[in-house]
Amino acid sequence: MIPEFGHFALIIGFSLAIILAVVPAWGAWRRNSRAMALAPGLAIGTMVFVAISFACLCIAFLQDDFSVKVVAANSNSLLPPIYKFSAVWGNHEGSLLLWALILSLWTAAVAVFSAQLPLLVLSRVLSVMGAIGVGFLSFLLLTSNPFARLLPGTPADGNDLNPLLQDPGLIIHPPLLYMGYVGFSVAFAFAIAALLGGRLDASWARWSRPWTNVAWAFLTLGIMLGSWWAYYELGWGGWWFWDPVENASFMPWLAGTALIHSLAATEKRGLFKSWTVLLAIFAFSLSLLGTFLVRSGVLTSVHAFATDPARGLFILIFLALVVGGSLTLYALRAPSVTSRVSFEWISRESLILCNNVIFLVATITVLFGTLFPLIMDALGGGKYSVGPPYFNAVFVPLMALLVPFMGIGPVARWKKDSVRRWQSELAVPAIVAVLCGFTLPLLNADYNLWVALASALSAWLLLGLLRDLWYRVKSASSLATGLRRITPSYWGMFVAHLGFAACVIGVVATSQYNIEHDLKMSPGDSEVLAGYEFRFLELVPVRGPNFVADEARFEVSRNGEIVARLAPQKRRYLASGQVMTEAAIGAGLFRDLYVAMGEPIGSEGAWAIRLHYKPMVRWMWLGAILMAVGAFTTVLDKRYRRLRKPAVAGAAGEALHGA
Amino acid sequence: MAPRLKLFLPLILFVAMAAFLFRGLSLDPQALPSALIDRPLPEFSLPVLGQEQLIQRSDLVGEVALLNVWATWCVSCRVEHPYLVQIAGDGVPIYGLNYKDDDAAAARWLAQLGDPYRANIADREGSLGLDLGVYGAPETYLLDAAGVVRYRHVGVVDERVWQTILQPLYLELTGKSSGG
Repeated sequence: MIPEFGHFALIIGFSLAIILAVVPAWGAWRRNSRAMALAPGLAIGTMVFVAISFACLCIAFLQDDFSVKVVAANSNSLLPPIYKFSAVWGNHEGSLLLWALILSLWTAAVAVFSAQLPLLVLSRVLSVMGAIGVGFLSFLLLTSNPFARLLPGTPADGNDLNPLLQDPGLIIHPPLLYMGYVGFSVAFAFAIAALLGGRLDASWARWSRPWTNVAWAFLTLGIMLGSWWAYYELGWGGWWFWDPVENASFMPWLAGTALIHSLAATEKRGLFKSWTVLLAIFAFSLSLLGTFLVRSGVLTSVHAFATDPARGLFILIFLALVVGGSLTLYALRAPSVTSRVSFEWISRESLILCNNVIFLVATITVLFGTLFPLIMDALGGGKYSVGPPYFNAVFVPLMALLVPFMGIGPVARWKKDSVRRWQSELAVPAIVAVLCGFTLPLLNADYNLWVALASALSAWLLLGLLRDLWYRVKSASSLATGLRRITPSYWGMFVAHLGFAACVIGVVATSQYNIEHDLKMSPGDSEVLAGYEFRFLELVPVRGPNFVADEARFEVSRNGEIVARLAPQKRRYLASGQVMTEAAIGAGLFRDLYVAMGEPIGSEGAWAIRLHYKPMVRWMWLGAILMAVGAFTTVLDKRYRRLRKPAVAGAAGEALHGA
Repeated sequence: MAPRLKLFLPLILFVAMAAFLFRGLSLDPQALPSALIDRPLPEFSLPVLGQEQLIQRSDLVGEVALLNVWATWCVSCRVEHPYLVQIAGDGVPIYGLNYKDDDAAAARWLAQLGDPYRANIADREGSLGLDLGVYGAPETYLLDAAGVVRYRHVGVVDERVWQTILQPLYLELTGKSSGG
């Protein structure tokens, strides 16, 4: 019965979402405050029923109810409980339900935390989000019902979860990624509400900024986890493959990065109004496009779920309605006159403009590269595949171009600044950065120009930030009071930019100084790599809960001292018979030691073994975590909290007067 | 008017992209699940399961038959297997397409659970499956006497599927208007 309850709850949630999409929007149009006031309740109601539905699916998975089709296809009685739970979103139907759940959570969160907004705005925002919810819930109910049964003919046991997905990183990677993807729907809904209302002022930017920053932070963490998972689970030691599905998550991130900066200019200076609205539409549209690419199977990818043309067509129609509709609205309603606010070329505004141009070009580059095989195929130009060389050739110079502007950004003043001031502020950082570029690579044995460039750029970024921090603190009576006076949104920017610098260093160092040996090893053999001696001690059979494995035990020593014991495995999963490589990693802040097993060679116990030395690879993920932490920190800013107080004081009445 | 027109640019670009995406949907080989309906079964020449000899398209042609895509790794195939044995016992010719499977495991399966098949095509690489547009096992194709694909059923063939969908078509093609 539980799956039927879940299905029924999903239908109720769907009905509530329809009402949410229609009634408050109608109320906003007719200025009917009673219709508008229904919006928050409907948003929360939708969330409750979708959550019940999701809980029912989780129960079906945890209780091994193999009469439910997705459970039979994606779970197994031997699967550890935590993976039974994560198997809920390890398949098309379940992950779509998770998506719908997260969308309803964001909608309910807006209803609760933005209750102080004018009712007119709030009802429009929630209606737009309700309409998106209708799209996803109807997609679920019409093409991808997660509660479909296999009756009669319930299998005795399930097919098992894809072993690649049986991993701690993959338990939280999809939810975080979806939090990010779907979170951009809030900025999108605010932008549409502003277009509908015809009032594109700084206020919509202030309202949507904290939501956008949080969504961006989640997306950053989600992408980071995906990269980290690929690194240790796929067994190749790579951390980014420019795979279509990776690109699908990266494009909204790039557009979102442009958006959070552009929103700052719109909030503070009332600038780039139409542009920011367009970016908000872009960021969410790219999230939807990502969904389309992953679910429709138009592009081949290692990540793709089983594909289905009916689903592809459904999402494409949905995409056309949402993106086409919003861009039409944009074309008709966005202010076409140049804003009266002006700024000089030497100012923080133009630096933000540089950021926007670079990130937009990067987005389009990735979009073009991802769709190129499809475009050529559609034009009858044959089959193409676009690989890392294209993306690296375009992407790396773009990021290198970005950093010089980033270094000036925090120091620069709004509206009007002078070259002479920049010179006096940044002369010392510039000299030190160049010195760092020359000297830091000397720490390694061979001098590398790329590392020199990355060191100089990161140092420039770091010193620019520190210079500005010092500038802000020095006027205070003591260092402590000075630091206390700094706002959370400034700290957020500081930490996030610092994270970006760490990322640059990590990416460049690990790509340039990475050492990789593929060789045949038998127990007793040893190999020296970057001063580390890898000794293959023994090969032992191991049994896990739902797999059997060969485990190679390695001891790694440096100058006679043992630094790590590594035990990579080659697993065979019992239910599906799939073979998986489980790499072993000796992690460190300055280097990772990575061992993965290839194939057995001969019958003497020899194996093809892959040994990697990866310097500073962790910096990349630490940098991404810093970026996310920074974006979360900005939300603590007082100016967003101040807005919330009236809502606590005189909830509904106040909000009504706002309309 | 010019500044307003400029704002339509994103929309125009999106429409162009959507057109490509729409085209892309129909380009995908898997996006044509019924492409072979009323088309002849593709030519193939593959080993018979567990034997050296090859089996061709011509070996399947001549009478109305079912072509069942199965594999030992497929849980639902185990579910439908007893029913296939039953209808084969009633005289319905069934050919098997052993899809991306291990020959030894498939032979064990047939020894243990019974063999409803006239012959089994060993499609180890899934090449015939690709030509047929197999989406996943189990799938069952209904072929007429001329070797033309008349129907495709995705999923388990059980009593309900057989009696409501496949059997009426089967009887129609064999020219027997009423049967069991």
